This record gives sequence, structure tokens and C-alpha cells, in this order.
Amino acid sequence: MSDLPGIYNYLIVVFLMMAGFYVVISQGNLVKKLVGLGLFQTSVFILYISMGNVIGGAAPIVAEGVTVYSSPLPHVLILTAIVVGVATTAVGLSLAVRIHEAYGTVEEDDITAQDRADDETVGTSSTKDAAANATSTEDAR
Amino acid sequence: MTLLGFLVLIAVAAIRLRDLFAVVMLFGVYSLLTAALFMNLDAVDVAFTEAAVGAGVSTVLMLSGLHLTSRWEQRPKRSPLLPLLVVGVTGAVLVHAMLDAPFVGDPQAPVQTHVTPYYIANAPVEVGMPNMVTAVLASYRGYDTFGETVVIFTAGLAVMLLLGIQQGTHNRPGLNAIGDQLVLRSVVKLLVPAILLYALYVQFHGDFGAGGGFQAGVIFATGFVLYDLAFGEGDARTVVPPGWLHRLAALGVLIYGGVGVYALLAGKPFLDYSALSADPVAGQHLGVLLVELGVGITVFAVILTIFYAFSGRGRRA
Repeated sequence: MSDLPGIYNYLIVVFLMMAGFYVVISQGNLVKKLVGLGLFQTSVFILYISMGNVIGGAAPIVAEGVTVYSSPLPHVLILTAIVVGVATTAVGLSLAVRIHEAYGTVEEDDITAQDRADDETVGTSSTKDAAANATSTEDAR
Repeated sequence: MTLLGFLVLIAVAAIRLRDLFAVVMLFGVYSLLTAALFMNLDAVDVAFTEAAVGAGVSTVLMLSGLHLTSRWEQRPKRSPLLPLLVVGVTGAVLVHAMLDAPFVGDPQAPVQTHVTPYYIANAPVEVGMPNMVTAVLASYRGYDTFGETVVIFTAGLAVMLLLGIQQGTHNRPGLNAIGDQLVLRSVVKLLVPAILLYALYVQFHGDFGAGGGFQAGVIFATGFVLYDLAFGEGDARTVVPPGWLHRLAALGVLIYGGVGVYALLAGKPFLDYSALSADPVAGQHLGVLLVELGVGITVFAVILTIFYAFSGRGRRA
């Protein structure tokens, strides 16, 4: 990156971030949403590493004849964030796997539809229960 | 410049594709390109981590997740107009904010003028190691890294609770992800020892060159994952039984915390490694080595736990 890209990197970062955000809010598939989160996350990584870069700098490892180093601090933050990221993505994926086992699908719409159908079949009895609970608490008072 | 362009192309393709297998593979390519970009931006340690985690481990995990769910995504029923509007407005606000940002590579940017000069001038002297990233990671910002190690440990626990790990070994030769492939098996057999050896080098050479516990843990786990994929299911479990993994994960955190508590008992602040030896620089060096070892063990155990959990689930289903 010898010729100065100005804020070009940052504009790409915003684009990638919004691409990830779009996937998360618009698509119904839970695994796809996780990929969207991954896109979002990587854009943040690129933002930090771009900020730490300095013109004419070298990687922050002491070497003879080098006086200008890129900032090591963003590197430290992002290095750990990448590994934490994969661990948390795995938690999300295992939730998706459990949801698939319970509902047979990972599409948000189908899951909501099944939940609603369940509510309707037990709906009448549960409202009665709720009413009964309400009266019993009133009695208790 | 070109790299960033490629990233945009892949992001757009990943949004449009309905075949999740293709999306996951594209995401692996995306990670590898990001690693190349980090290399260009002088972040060698980060590039290293991204290549090992993003292009390697996370692709395998996403694929095993797909195997347990479904490969095809349904066509969305709702109109994409509202999300597009939200994304457009948010993006416009962010771009507006970015216009004030200092240029990439500006030596006068706030990032370069506060703690950075201190770290660059003093890290090699005070901690006594050429790699400033390792010095800042393990010594100056040891608290953060301790917290992150605990987060990784907790994530491993969460996956264990959600999916469970099959105890014991289930050695069923020939039953593996890719079938009985002689060429692949021979190549993997050659590669695995080299990968493990390289992981050890990365672990213990992290003070001098790029590397450290996080990368080494991931690479070490990759060796076992590759072995398990190419040979019969459960072969890796014979070498590292699942029952060891949660103990190993806890051991890593204990080593890290133990170093901190030792410093406390010696009358110094928590995680002040100069307590470990009469000579402060030698103490720092020893402390960083121990702490990185703890990180490496925890990361290795957690990544392998996650892999075992997903692959064991697939067999039961």
C-alpha cells in the first residue's frame, strides 16, 4: 500500500459492513445470517488494521535499519478478536443445529409459523389457564 | 486496492447465492483475501491468524454446521425494500462520518500519536522481545488477553452444553467425511506431523517473529481436524480423547491466571511478570512464555472440542 489510498479503505469497510448488516436483517436462513455476521465482523477487522497502518512503515517486529513501524496495538486487539470470533460463531452454529433438530428447519419464517400453529392448538386451554391463574392470585390477595 | 475490490465482489455474490455450500466456500476465499490484505497493511500476526482461523477452521466448522442443517436456502418471501432502506441510511451516515477520518497511513493520526510511540520505543527494551505485538498482547495488555482467553473457554463450554461430546472412542475405519481416498490419506499422513511441528514453532518462536499462542493453538488443532477428516471417524479421538479436552481448556486458563496470582502473592500487581525473576526483563520473558502457553492450550482444546461436538452430532443423526 505505497500510494496513499486516502479513505478508500474506509469506504470499502462501510460497504462490507452494510453488506453483512443487510444479510442479517433481510435473510431468513440462520446459517446465512451467521455468514452475514462474519462479513460484518471482518469489515471491523479491516477498519482497525487500516487505521494502524502508517506510510513507509514496517511490520512491528524489531529489525535493523527500520525506524518506522505500524502501530502494534490494533494488531493485538484484532488478533484476539479473530479467535474469539470463530469461537462465538461456533456457539451460534450449534444453536442453529439444535433449532434444526427441534423444528426441522433453520428458516426463520417456518420457525415462526410452527410456533404460531403450536400456540393456536393449545391457545384456548392456555388462555383458560391464564384466566384461572389471574383469579387465583386475586383470591390470594 | 484490487484486493478490496475482490472482497466487495465476493460479498455481493454471497448475498445473492442461495446455495449455502457455495456461500461458505466463498467466505473461505474471502478470509484468505483478507489475510493477504492484512499482510499488505504490515499486520503479519493478524494475517497469520486470519489465514489459520478464517480460511481453515471456520470453513470446516461452517461446512459441518451445514451438514447438520440444510444446504439450500429458501427464497425470501418478504420484500427486500425496507432492509435496503435501513442499510442505505446507516451506510450514508457512516460514510459521512468517515469523511472526517484521517487518511490511511497518516503518521499524525490519533492512533499513531498516543500510546503507540511508547509501545514502539519501550516494548523491545522493557519486555525484551523483538515482536512488539506479542509484548503488547501478553504483557502490557495482559488483562485484555486474559479476558479473551476466558471468553474462548466459555464459548467452548457453551458448545459442549448445546451439542454434547460423545465420550470414548468410536473407531470405525472407512467411515469418514471423504471416503476411502488413498492419495488424500497419503498426503495427509505426510502433512500432519509437519503441521504439528510448525504449530510448536509458532508457539515458542512468537516472541521473535510472527506468531504466538492464539495462532499456534489453532494450527495445532487443525492438524487433528485434518487427520480426523481423512482417516476413520474417531481416529483423532484415540489420540486426544474428548474427556481430556475440557480439562485441557481449563488448564490453559489456570496457567494464565496462576501466573497472575503468583505475581500478586509476590507483592506485585496482578499479571506483573517482573515478579517471576530477580531480573525484571528475564521475568517478563518467562511470564510471556507461560501466558502464551496457557493461551495456546486453551485455544487448541476449545477448537478441537467444537470440532468433536459437530462431527459427533453428525454421526448420531
